[in-house]
Formats: sequence, C-alpha cells, structure tokens
Amino acid sequence: MEQKKLAIIATKGSLDWAYPPFILASTASALGYETEIFFTFYGLQLLKKRLSLEVTPLGNPGMPMPMGMDKWFPVALTALPGMQSMMTYMMKKKMADKGVAGLEELRELCQEAEVRLIACQMTVDLFDMNPTDFIDGIEFAGAARFFEFAGESDICLYI
Amino acid sequence: MADFDLELDASGLNCPLPILRAKKSLSGLEAGQVLHIIATDPGSVKDFEAFAKQTGNELMESKEEGGKFHFLIKKA
Repeated sequence: MEQKKLAIIATKGSLDWAYPPFILASTASALGYETEIFFTFYGLQLLKKRLSLEVTPLGNPGMPMPMGMDKWFPVALTALPGMQSMMTYMMKKKMADKGVAGLEELRELCQEAEVRLIACQMTVDLFDMNPTDFIDGIEFAGAARFFEFAGESDICLYI
Repeated sequence: MADFDLELDASGLNCPLPILRAKKSLSGLEAGQVLHIIATDPGSVKDFEAFAKQTGNELMESKEEGGKFHFLIKKA
C-alpha cells in the first residue's frame, strides 16, 4: 500500500487555532501518513522558538467563558485591557487540567515524526521576521513548493 | 486480560496523546509482541479501533474496567 499524504496550510496565529494543525499532523504521522504543514501569514507564529500565543474572546461568540460569562457579559467589555491575557491564562489552565498536550510538546512530536514544517518565505519578508526566531529544522519556501507536495496529497486542509 | 510485553499508562492524557504514545511504544516492540495501553480518555476507544485499522496492528482486546480503558495491541 502506498503511503498516504496529508498537506496542511496553517494560517492562524492564536492559541486555539494553533492546535488543529499540530494535532492532525502528529496523529496522521502516527497513522503512517507522510505529512507536511505550510505556515503562512499569522500561522508563522506557530514556528517561533518562544511561543507567546493568546486567545481572544473578542468577536468570538462561540467561546465558552468562565461563570457562563459568554451568556451575560457585554460583548463590548471583552475588549477591555487584560481580558485577552485573562482568557489566555484560563484556557491554558483548563487545557493542562484536562491533559491536553502543550503546543511545544505537540510540535516536538511532529518534528520527531518527521512532519515537514515549511515557513512561507514571502510572509517572513513581508513582516520583517527574523529567521533566527524560528525553531530549527524548518524549511523556508514559497507557494510552488507547497503544491509540489499538496498536488500529490490524499488530504489537503486549510486551517 | 491476556499476556503482554509492554505496558503504557496514558491515564489523564487527552487526544491525541494516547495514540502518539502508543505509536512510540509500538515502535520499540518486535512484530507479534503485545502492548497494553491504559487510558482515561473516552475518545480513545474509537481512536484505538481506527488506529489499528489504519496501521494494520491488531487490536486484540478493548475493555473498560474500573473507570479506565484497557487496550491490547499486537504489533504487525
């Protein structure tokens, strides 16, 4: 049986949206898939050595909040200073309590499983990002490089 | 529960960690050897069925006992 292939484009740089690419990629590897993730725009935050990702309740009506705040707390007040860091703290605590893996751990598991991580060169240039801020073992490339693999893939996800 | 060669306690871990740890443990075993996995994640029941089906490793047993899930997987 030929090895299946999974291609993922990761475009988001918040704590909550950082999980799907790494969870799916690491699981796919465990199932025997050859896997590649192309990180573009805000998704590049997921490749930083020091991850400082946050989650925002602002404009996110689907986000469960402590004390049922998502039901009664005025939406405008979610824009108050400190709300984002408070929600980030609570989300991280909840994840740790429930045995959800940390992002660094999932990312390491992906690298151990030889998931190829590709940083979009154009985005790095666009935002004047410093290549040394990124973890080792990644590749810098463009859209054509992504299609080289994605064109052969069995599953292709845009996250 | 039948004999096994290696035990992996994945209690308290959530998706996808039990599967990832199991995969890692299996890679250290020889073909025909059996891994016993203990998990508390209810999602792991369906996940280990799917894992076995897709990787060709045999899920010999899957049961719940004392609030924990036990799986026996024979390496292909």
